[in-house]
Amino acid sequence: MAPLARRVLDAHKTTQVVLSASVIKWGLKPAAFTAGLLPFAWLVWAGLTGNLSPNPLSDITNETGIWSLRFLCITLAITPLRKGTGWHVLIRFRRMAGLFAFFYGATHFLIYVIADRFAGLDFPDGIVAWSTARNLVVSVAEDIYKRPFITIGFLTLVMLLPLALTSTAGMIRRLGGKRWQALHRLTYVAVITAVIHYWWLVKADVTSPRYYALIAAFLLGMRLWWAKARLLSPVPARATRQAS
Amino acid sequence: MVIKHASDIRSSEITDKKLYLNRRDFIRASGTAAVAAGILGASQSELQAAVPAPRGRKLEGVKPSPLSTTEERQNTWDQITTYNNFYEFGTDKEAPSLHAKSLKTEPWKIVVEGECAKPAAYQLEDILKGQTLEERIYRLRCVEAWSMVIPWVGFPLSSLIKRCEPTSKAKFVEFNTLVDSGQMIGVRQPVLRWPYKEGLRMDEAMHPLTIMAVGLYGEVIPNQNGAPIRLVVPWKYGFKNVKSIVRMRFVEKQPLNTWQEMQPSEYGFYSNVNPSVDHPRWTQATERRIGEFFRRKTLMFNGYGDQVASLYTGMDLKKFY
Repeated sequence: MAPLARRVLDAHKTTQVVLSASVIKWGLKPAAFTAGLLPFAWLVWAGLTGNLSPNPLSDITNETGIWSLRFLCITLAITPLRKGTGWHVLIRFRRMAGLFAFFYGATHFLIYVIADRFAGLDFPDGIVAWSTARNLVVSVAEDIYKRPFITIGFLTLVMLLPLALTSTAGMIRRLGGKRWQALHRLTYVAVITAVIHYWWLVKADVTSPRYYALIAAFLLGMRLWWAKARLLSPVPARATRQAS
Repeated sequence: MVIKHASDIRSSEITDKKLYLNRRDFIRASGTAAVAAGILGASQSELQAAVPAPRGRKLEGVKPSPLSTTEERQNTWDQITTYNNFYEFGTDKEAPSLHAKSLKTEPWKIVVEGECAKPAAYQLEDILKGQTLEERIYRLRCVEAWSMVIPWVGFPLSSLIKRCEPTSKAKFVEFNTLVDSGQMIGVRQPVLRWPYKEGLRMDEAMHPLTIMAVGLYGEVIPNQNGAPIRLVVPWKYGFKNVKSIVRMRFVEKQPLNTWQEMQPSEYGFYSNVNPSVDHPRWTQATERRIGEFFRRKTLMFNGYGDQVASLYTGMDLKKFY
């Protein structure tokens, strides 16, 4: 084999995609960040220009929710994609994807609190009053307690919160890699509860929730498969021991 | 895992871009693309721009009615024709506005059968012949907790029923929506058990508020709103208002309506608007009037209690929801 070709193949084994640090930092990351904000920007634009349906608050609630679920799936797809393609650079975008999942989830909750709860309150002392704040808290708490699909949706957000808070390099150091990784496996639970939340809220047509259930099952199934492979191999292969 | 930064790598080691994308990578990349497409593919049901119905032919001789709800602002033509639950054309609210064009409403007939003296296939023109059309402005309260105010044009269902001469055995009347996969893209999926079925107790069907609607805003009713003829029962949740009716059957036993068939714990036969009986998954105490921010208090019988409450005297409406 020609030396050049051999060198190419060898290089290929270790570094599949070589991107300079500055290209990632100043090119790809801002691009990915912008892409992640596009659905939000689109919603704001469409909302302001009347390009949503006649029930825009419902659209915004649904869309932010679905984008949170999509970003959860993207976050969980990064490790399988990285292993499949050898594009290890992908790992550098996982935190951003996870934070977008939290961002859209938190926005989803906020819109629900405003459009569904606040808008449905009585205002015995006017809108700007202590009773409004108190009634809002009671109304949100009651709804979370009473309605299973709200309960599980809220639970999902509660799980994503510590993950967002511990996403910084400093927090990883403070927690230690192992503990941090264990904590962040909550993502696996969160994607399941997010799908259940979606499934429980639709009236009859489960086509879309079923689609996400399949994607989540596939992504989580890969983790099970790797875990099994780890258990069965006497000397665990390096690649399968990586954080996933 | 070692992520090599550019500075760690001798330039001789850096693979030329053209070369590292070899065949194996291409296959792997295809896999990647497939997974990515999977995630993005789920976004196919992304909001599509709804299309308001074109204005229809003006209906002649429409009279105002004292039974209209006139004190509230009416929803616009665009709102009424782009935000529809008509699962035969898809389950998204804008889907009927995009797909109902394919519905052929002429010729149209309603097959009348069951416990009546004059069962027949009635042509729509014959049904409308000699009918005085009235404008009936009604609140419409969807079971999903949104509402509109809609100026229907129609005639009392009672006048059609009288023509069919139901027998003393006729205690209920059942309606079916058309099911035709050639015209209705939504029925290709078994989302509901087609055809769509709804029913009324005879006294509900004969009530003066109950109408068959054939128009909207003084014009021929758009396809997405249930053309050419649909039921409107303003004190019940919207799903009782069966659209594009092709069959009426007089029966002795209470029929099983589609939503009750789907989810008996969530949808009953009566389905009267009732703020004190919540849907198991959401509140029915308030509603969003389309176009408004603050939610309104839902009214018992959708505000038509004075006229219809007597139909249910002595009934436990928590049990017969």
